[in-house]
Amino acid sequence: MFSYIGKRLTAGLVTVFFIASVTFAAMHIVPGDPLMGNKAMSPEIRANLEHKYGLDRPVAEQYVRYLANMAQGDFGISFTQKNRTVNDIIVSHFPISAILGILAVAFAALGGILYGSLAALGRGKWSDRTIMFLVILGVSVPSFVFAALGQLSLTLINKKAGFEVLPVGGWGTLSHMILPALVLGLGTMAFLTRLMRSALLEIVHQDYIRTAKAKGLPPVRIFFSHQLRNAILPVITYLGPAIATITTGGFVVESVFAIPGLGRYFVQAIQQLDYTVIMGLTVFYGAFLVFMVITVDIVYGLVDPRISVTKGKS
Amino acid sequence: MRSASAKSARLTRAAGLALALFPALIFASLTGCTKNSDPANTVRFALTTEPPNLNSMQATDQSSFFVLGHVMEGLTRNGPDGAPVPGVAEKWEMNDAGATFYLRKNAKWSDGKPVTANDFIFAWRNVLDPKTASEYAFILYPVKNAEAINKGKLPVSDLGVAAVDDYTLKVTFEKPCGYFMALTSFATYFPVREDFFRQKGDKYAAEAADMLYNGAFKLTSWVHGASLTFDKNADYWNSSAVKLDRISIPYITPDNTARFNFFKEKKTDILDLAKDDLPRAQSENFRLMNHADGSVWFMEFNFREGKPTRNKNLRKAIQLIFDTEEYVNKVVGIPGTKPGKTLIPSWVRGVQDNFRREFPYAPPARNLVEAKKLVELAKKELGGSIPPLVWLTGDTPASAREAEYFQSQFKEHLGLELRIDKQIFKQRLALMSSGQFDIVSAGWGPDFADPMTFAELMTSWNENNRGKWTNDQYDALIRKAQSTSDQKIRMAAMADAEKIALDELAVLPTNERSVIWTHHERLQGVGRSIIGMDPDFTYASIVEGK
Repeated sequence: MFSYIGKRLTAGLVTVFFIASVTFAAMHIVPGDPLMGNKAMSPEIRANLEHKYGLDRPVAEQYVRYLANMAQGDFGISFTQKNRTVNDIIVSHFPISAILGILAVAFAALGGILYGSLAALGRGKWSDRTIMFLVILGVSVPSFVFAALGQLSLTLINKKAGFEVLPVGGWGTLSHMILPALVLGLGTMAFLTRLMRSALLEIVHQDYIRTAKAKGLPPVRIFFSHQLRNAILPVITYLGPAIATITTGGFVVESVFAIPGLGRYFVQAIQQLDYTVIMGLTVFYGAFLVFMVITVDIVYGLVDPRISVTKGKS
Repeated sequence: MRSASAKSARLTRAAGLALALFPALIFASLTGCTKNSDPANTVRFALTTEPPNLNSMQATDQSSFFVLGHVMEGLTRNGPDGAPVPGVAEKWEMNDAGATFYLRKNAKWSDGKPVTANDFIFAWRNVLDPKTASEYAFILYPVKNAEAINKGKLPVSDLGVAAVDDYTLKVTFEKPCGYFMALTSFATYFPVREDFFRQKGDKYAAEAADMLYNGAFKLTSWVHGASLTFDKNADYWNSSAVKLDRISIPYITPDNTARFNFFKEKKTDILDLAKDDLPRAQSENFRLMNHADGSVWFMEFNFREGKPTRNKNLRKAIQLIFDTEEYVNKVVGIPGTKPGKTLIPSWVRGVQDNFRREFPYAPPARNLVEAKKLVELAKKELGGSIPPLVWLTGDTPASAREAEYFQSQFKEHLGLELRIDKQIFKQRLALMSSGQFDIVSAGWGPDFADPMTFAELMTSWNENNRGKWTNDQYDALIRKAQSTSDQKIRMAAMADAEKIALDELAVLPTNERSVIWTHHERLQGVGRSIIGMDPDFTYASIVEGK
């Protein structure tokens, strides 16, 4: 088990190193640089800035310094927020994205499992058809539409109610998180619903279900201890990367609801070509994704005893 | 079999109940309304971006200037008509050699200590120190030796500024500078106290507690990316004139629709509208106003070797097909936008009156027949044909609309192809600097309230002259205007220079921008300014019951 984890972690480190290198190369290939602003600078002022950020050194040296600093967990100082380090930015904004992401994933997982089961149980009936129609909507409509619609509906609801049912934006209390988390999790929930439904339908025809029925187990027990437990595996597989992408990909939702999450900083950094922030956050996100995938593999073994991470049986 | 299906039906019903309960469960977890602890006299406003840097010696952007303008004060402030009014300096004297500022004795830092001449000297030296790498260092160049210090050729102690005593600041000029007073309200000129700055080191201005304030307000809370709160500064020398108790920034988001919704929900008191939100604002019966933001927009032609736009007949032909009124009304479509006719815009002050009234300039009217002749002439001069012209522009919907309009105009009236090159901000700047365009749609916002901020734009030494147009006469006239404080000579020289640039079509002005905004009735007296912080809440007030 431990050697397996060790191996996976080493592979993860190599992946992160690769991500870091590719990001560094991409940054230096695209035209423009972080020092460019609306107003051009004199060569002297530019030289002062380049010196301050070490951009006057050869690219190879910059690369080595960047890797060396990164190995020590130092991502450098932001080019746009000159008195904040990338570490400061991650420390103060990642928890916000994480809380929002976890809420969204919890919502997506619960909803996905619930609605997927419902659709599978009522296969072909109105409940199935309604849910599958909503699923198609959920999967295909981009989140900025849901975000804008959600916010607009909320202004109408608040107006009708005459008091503030939920705040339309901002951050601070649980009430601020509900709508953004719903919107953020909607796409994933729709996908999980479909995944859950098809997994359940496949399992219905398995021999062990027939056996269970034959020995007279009540449907509720068959459902919970045989069907659900088996059908949930693909959901868990999907959930790991989903946590990573939801936690990191909330830019639109963060903008619409004015939430100070990390996603917004990431997109702004890309627009500003803020080298240190882009590289720092990409590596951080990459490492986070790798970590989630490894975690899921381990959890997988716990949920499904047939899968053993150490012996390579399938 | 039957009993199994009955059971499964029961199961479906149970699940159906859960289905109905699930969203209700989520909503049930809500914690009720947020409490609002703001005092009554609070104005609320949503920023589009978080201020990236509140260190006045390094700040370069609108968000930071907005905050700094409310929490700090320079020697002067911008008066309502653009003329400087007293700030930390009570009065001043200026001549060709320099200026002397007499600071008021009741100007205080937020820790109670007085603001002294040394606080200005420290800040200015620090701005010019190459180690600070301040992008706006150039704005201090009128001070003696400033440029040499910034280039690392002289020590900072050689800067032409001295404290005669704690309350008298003496500035020596590099050469006579007629617009120096207009600079002294700029954020880069704000004072910074040395002991406090040294104590904070790299973290100066990183958080609300890492700054000292001498303005009408002080920053009391700053949650990065989320909110800012400025409370009235009781130590401010003119605090009796400040009616607001608090300026609150409860939201920071680039999303126009979100800011619209916050305003509609009365979570904010004032809103700048994007063009796409205008119909919705009209249907909500918002009272719309416009504010000319002072910027000038133009086509900038590329004069680099081998570019067809070097040909004057081609540029002239483009000018003759351009109808600024039509463009402003049909393409820009934002009420209050002014037709673009000149490089120095209509709001700037001249010798005594408005600059444009003192020095009028009218571009030729649209003339399609003449334009056709000129483009044929240009074709001949360029060896028979004109290749497709590259139109470099930004990635906003407005940029696209503009580019498509000119594409069809060029095609229809000149028979010329326009190849649109849409680029995101930084990439566009890179292409502008390296000269990879024929025409670029560009604009310029003023740094200070003097025609010079526009006039010096087209000089051969200006890095912002992206088309690399050069003209010796123009350069000489600007140098002349930069070395005298005689307003008549300065203004006339700038007007003459501008006429050369416009006659030669160094740039073709297209419009002077306007912003549409609205506010709730309870907010009164908000200032919209071209220079410095905008909006300006310093002397605003809240009138409840409206």
